[in-house]
Amino acid sequence: MNSATFVTVDGNEAAARVAHMTNEVIAIYPITPASPMGEFADAWSARERKNLFGVVPDVIEMQSEAGAAGAVHGALQAGALSTTFTASQGLLLMIPNMYKIAGELTPTVFHISARSLATHALSIFGDHSDVMAVRQAGWAMLASGSVQEVHDLAMISQAATLKSRVPFVHFFDGFRTSHEVNKIAQLSDDDIVALTDYELIHEHRERAMNPDRPVLRGSAQNPDVFFQAREAANPFYLALPDIVRETMQRFGDLTGRHYGLFDYVGAKDADRVIVMMGSGTGAAEEAIERLNGGGEKLGLVKVRLYRPFDVAAFLDAIPATVESIAVLDRTKEPGAIGEPLYQDVVTALAEDDRFSRMPRVIGGRYGLSSKEFTPAMVARIFEELKAEQPKRHFTIGIVDDVTNLSLKWDPEFSTEPDDVMRAVFYGLGSDGTVGASKNSVKIIGENTDQFAQGYFVYDSKKSGSVTVSHLRFSPRPINSTYLIERANFVACHQFSFLSRIDMLKVAEPGATFLLNSPYGPEEVWDRLPREVQQQIIEKQLKFYVVDAYRVAREAEMGSRINTIMQTCFFSLANLLPGDQAIEQIKAAIKKTYGTRGESVLRRNYAAVDGALSALDEVAVPDSATSTRQREALVASNGSDFVGRVTSMLVAGLGDLLPVSAMPVDGTFPTGTARIEKRSIAQEIPIWDSEICIQCGLCALVCPHAAIRSKAYPAASLNGAPDGFQTQRWKGKELVDHVATIQVAPDDCTGCGVCVDVCPAKSKEVVKHKAINMEPKLSHLEQERANFDYFLSLPEVDRTQAKIDTVKGSQLLEPLFEFSGACSGCGETPYLKLMSQLFGDRAMIGNATGCSSIYGGNLPTTPWCQDSEGRGPTWNNSLFEDTAEFGLGLRLAIDQKRDFAEHLLRQVAGTVGDDLVAELIEAPLDGEAEIATQRERIAMLRTRLADSDHPDAKKLSAIADVLVNRSVWIVGGDGWAYDIGFGGLDHILTTGRDVNILVLDTGVYSNTGGQMSKATPRAAVAKFAAAGKPARKKDLGMLAVSYGNVYVAQVAMGANPNQTLKAFREAESYPGPSLILAYSHCIAHGINMETSMTHQKDVVQTGFWPLFRYDPREAQTGKQPFHLDSRKPVKPFKDLAMAEARFAMLARTNPDHAEYLFGLAQRDIDDRWHYYEQMAGVEREILEEVIEVEV
Amino acid sequence: MAVDLRTTYLGIPLRNPLAVAACPPLTGELDVLERLEQAGASMAVMPSLFEEQIVHEERAIADLYEYQTESFAESLSHFPEYPDYHTGPDEYLQQIEQAKQTISIPIVGSLNGASHGGWVRYAKAIEGAGADALELNIYFVPTDSMMSAADVERRYVDLVSEVRQSVSIPLAVKIGPNFTSLPHFAQALVAAGANGLVLFNRYLEADIDLDTLDIKPDLILSNRHEARVPLRWISILRDQLSASLGATSGVHRAQGAIKLLLAGADVTMVASVLLMKGPEFLATLLADLEAWLEEKEYDSIEQMKGSMSRGNCPDPSALERANYMKALRNYTTQHSFPT
Repeated sequence: MNSATFVTVDGNEAAARVAHMTNEVIAIYPITPASPMGEFADAWSARERKNLFGVVPDVIEMQSEAGAAGAVHGALQAGALSTTFTASQGLLLMIPNMYKIAGELTPTVFHISARSLATHALSIFGDHSDVMAVRQAGWAMLASGSVQEVHDLAMISQAATLKSRVPFVHFFDGFRTSHEVNKIAQLSDDDIVALTDYELIHEHRERAMNPDRPVLRGSAQNPDVFFQAREAANPFYLALPDIVRETMQRFGDLTGRHYGLFDYVGAKDADRVIVMMGSGTGAAEEAIERLNGGGEKLGLVKVRLYRPFDVAAFLDAIPATVESIAVLDRTKEPGAIGEPLYQDVVTALAEDDRFSRMPRVIGGRYGLSSKEFTPAMVARIFEELKAEQPKRHFTIGIVDDVTNLSLKWDPEFSTEPDDVMRAVFYGLGSDGTVGASKNSVKIIGENTDQFAQGYFVYDSKKSGSVTVSHLRFSPRPINSTYLIERANFVACHQFSFLSRIDMLKVAEPGATFLLNSPYGPEEVWDRLPREVQQQIIEKQLKFYVVDAYRVAREAEMGSRINTIMQTCFFSLANLLPGDQAIEQIKAAIKKTYGTRGESVLRRNYAAVDGALSALDEVAVPDSATSTRQREALVASNGSDFVGRVTSMLVAGLGDLLPVSAMPVDGTFPTGTARIEKRSIAQEIPIWDSEICIQCGLCALVCPHAAIRSKAYPAASLNGAPDGFQTQRWKGKELVDHVATIQVAPDDCTGCGVCVDVCPAKSKEVVKHKAINMEPKLSHLEQERANFDYFLSLPEVDRTQAKIDTVKGSQLLEPLFEFSGACSGCGETPYLKLMSQLFGDRAMIGNATGCSSIYGGNLPTTPWCQDSEGRGPTWNNSLFEDTAEFGLGLRLAIDQKRDFAEHLLRQVAGTVGDDLVAELIEAPLDGEAEIATQRERIAMLRTRLADSDHPDAKKLSAIADVLVNRSVWIVGGDGWAYDIGFGGLDHILTTGRDVNILVLDTGVYSNTGGQMSKATPRAAVAKFAAAGKPARKKDLGMLAVSYGNVYVAQVAMGANPNQTLKAFREAESYPGPSLILAYSHCIAHGINMETSMTHQKDVVQTGFWPLFRYDPREAQTGKQPFHLDSRKPVKPFKDLAMAEARFAMLARTNPDHAEYLFGLAQRDIDDRWHYYEQMAGVEREILEEVIEVEV
Repeated sequence: MAVDLRTTYLGIPLRNPLAVAACPPLTGELDVLERLEQAGASMAVMPSLFEEQIVHEERAIADLYEYQTESFAESLSHFPEYPDYHTGPDEYLQQIEQAKQTISIPIVGSLNGASHGGWVRYAKAIEGAGADALELNIYFVPTDSMMSAADVERRYVDLVSEVRQSVSIPLAVKIGPNFTSLPHFAQALVAAGANGLVLFNRYLEADIDLDTLDIKPDLILSNRHEARVPLRWISILRDQLSASLGATSGVHRAQGAIKLLLAGADVTMVASVLLMKGPEFLATLLADLEAWLEEKEYDSIEQMKGSMSRGNCPDPSALERANYMKALRNYTTQHSFPT
């Protein structure tokens, strides 16, 4: 048996190491939580890490998971060893190829970070819905429950697939295992070689397609033989369990880590047993150990090989003494007798007669979407198994008050041992807490005999997010696969969290509490909320403070307080001797930041050195004296649902909501972001009415609709708070109006983009603009009052405002506000503009990605309604089908409109011929016409209400559709250029009136910056670490080639007027429209504060030319292509060196960068030349092409 | 017989007194360096290594890499991680090494530090890369009214002293002209270990953009009249300092170089004129210099160097007196006002 090397890695890395070592072709596509496996593989190949054959695996990103599976299938057929990684919807997209791969008995292992499937909602979190959806595809399925098991079973799968020829799905729980950092014994290269049978690889290659010995595979078969052929593979499945068993045995002999097809733990004479698979087994085993210590006789069967299900092996694993069994499934199969594992167990027991008395079997669902599964729940399930009449089917972990399936468990039950250090850290996303916590786990894991585990809980918001790090340190391997509920160390890295989060709830009595506080040990007590004081006193916490921000400032670390807090943690937790701790922290810093340069290391070292001298213990008084209370996180909007549900979600108490609280079909109210007062900005823009020129730019570019422009009759200005500013409206329209620019102080993220674009400067002090970033706390009270009053002022009359100007458009109420997007986001200003112009009649089909997350991730949504209750209605179908989904919306509307017109004609005699004629024929080109049409519909409904015409009710129900609906298909470039391109391309040809808005960041932003076909040449991205070698796809010109598609390429920061014009033209065009919107992103590596003005350079270099192609011009024989930007005046290199995505290449590989920059410049030159020619081209498109019969 | 053009600067023998000042498009490009050497340049000062810029770039990249990392479950980072990338002075040091391998004229490294540790660290690195000498390009603009002239001078002197103790190659200090008592200050620098002074640094003053009301950095090339300032001070310093003196700013024609040499410069450095006329123009300067010397029947550069220093010139008071009234009168008699 080899002596092991221990490493501290997460589950994804543990799987990827084996996969990269044992494969030759790796086809990948990003999807959470599996993306890191592909990223590791890609990065290793980019660094020329070789596999066991001595060559660097070819890692290729595909356009979708379906593409990845197809590429793997091909590679396997040509005799390579090939793999992929995926999860959730990605796995579903692979299913067709999975049937093929299995049908052809081709050895491969797909590594799956198991994740929920999108049903009533998307969820990125872990359960077995996805892998259960492929259990019928003919693949072996092996389940891992811990990081160590992921590493080991990845190898066992690889060896067994080669031997059996049956492909393997190797799966482990998304996030809980894929993202848990744990100390594991790593397989050496020699181990991997020893477990690899080269003869079997040779046989695989011999079976491959080869023109020197040609075969036909993939034939079409007929009723005469298909069935028999399907049965012909049976022996391979029959042989497989033994092959896996033998492989596990060989693995155990080599490593000392033994696995079985079904591993039993617990009492040999158990009367009750749980059967389950995945990470939940860790919690179950802990509970069983504790309960058996108290005299119970309990056991657990860990299912490893789920398919093929070896009945004999399963039954062998169950003690003969068992009286009742609970089978736990981490999935849901509505309508089934029970979930899949339950059904398998029942069937297995029924097929064998070894039990004189059939054990009673009950089935439960647990842990959907990473719902916590704890030893306390396990204890409750065993209790249920003892009951006279247990619930045959139950749920655990929730409160089901509708179908009453849930079991109520005792949250006080805990199995946390005293000798395990359990630390919980509350950090701000941007302060580096998680990174330092991961380093802490590595420091202890890799430098001591202790074992260490880290698990991290993230926020649903991309800006101002809260992270919670759960760290355990133990003398034994740690299999506690649940969050820490009893911490002996709690750290709060942001003072303001104390007012919002009940973090001391997890502190056990006598625990240590470390607080990052601007107030010293003498002053801090009085600054705490009373609830916190009480907890500190009642739990007798040892309380320490450190002014980490001061130390960080002194060390020039900005807001990165991570290493300071980490140093204090090591000092207080006493995990290592003091000097050694500092030394190891610095070593970890060097490892993490070593490549960032000496100055970066030095400032981190300085932070570490300054930390301990700033750490002070606080003398805790005997009584709570504070008059401060925790703040309410939610402003009421009067909605019952918001009061009952949304407010609980915002408060972080969603786990407590019962089933009855939830919508049955995933339908939620809009307009809820406004109730969530996150107040995350340190500085907010303050308006100076003396200087403002009312250009509207600040409101236009604000990513969060947190700065607003309103013009209203001067006469309506009553009761304004003192300090509320106004100025005379400077336009000729809106006579006797005054205007106000107002910040929403609790909703602003402080990005500063509005101030950066503001062109109005003081004549006396030039740095003072019409809006200026100022400390929020100095203005909060005033601006809160101002904003509340501002909201009460009347909205502008849409029929009167000049909405064809930037200034006028920004008077329109945004119906997209306060999203959780990144501070300074480049996408959201476009959505906000769209909502202002068309939101009151907009229907949105939104592709999965950033825009679906900040648009639709609970607890709240930024899409909202106007005072009439109108606003965008929104849905996210999938990632790949958004164009088709949006087309479906259009088709339905067109049908309803057609039907409404039909009914109108039927009721014309009742409601009046003139009204019907107007309703059908009146033009709806502007706000005035739309307003008039709405009046007509109201009149129609009034008349229908008085009518007994048989069609009256039918027509009244759908009459709304007589106001033209504005259908928007929204997504990022990952969708439009890659996974959804086929559908997008198709709907462009349908001629239907849909508006496609592509928020083009040039990468898969939401999953962390992977390359797409929109990634520009020479940019580095994940999966393109050496710089994207190929040119960006010119999606605009592909669409232009159809002739009848309106196409615009816009960049708001470079030319807001052109953007506005394009949106209005696209929407008015009665056929398909495509807007490609340049969207800066943090994945570009730019200063987000100046991101909008940076777009000027983006256009001036010709990197992103602005154009509009309007088929209406072509219908009259004109030149339809308008080049809206000027000839490039700056070289691409000027732009490239200002964006880290390009500049990084120059730093890592200057010669290659020079080469790619040269090519990128030629791309620009060529495209400009092409566009210039296009601008002179006359076209003649037949008008009927765009007319659709409905 | 040909005039002996050789001179010595910082103890380094040079084939002639025409060197190239630190200038990225000239001395920062290897192929241009080769052309300069062929055109007759006797020495090249590499562009300055700006510590502030290095630190800024290192931190900017680190900050961009870390911005919004580990905060959202789906995107824990946004860029691929590289085992190595160059943020520090690697490229600069490589340039020195390559220049030393490619050309044979002396190469002077130039450093603009920002921290005490930085000056010493990078000075050692430049020495290690093979530079024949080091020029400390001290570019400090005091903006704090609490900082006295003595504070500023002490800062310079301490810095020179620290660097002197850390490297053994010759050390030149490039300073600006704005010191209350330049001779006294120059002596202090030499006492601190400077082997020579380079007079003067051209501060690149920013401009105001009248459209945007922004301050904008703007490089204005020197003109030949700017040589008057070093001319005065070299002449004054020559007799009082044993250190080398390099003249820079405004050397556009051979005549300018000649005047500076007469005043006492050991070497004159050109840049702006070569940017305007190309590296090969240095050959013209050299030929003109040689022709003048021949015409005036000098034997060598050494013979004429400092022959018009303050101590050697016929009317030293002309260097000192406030003679602008006369100069102005002369100007207005020669030029009429525009009508």
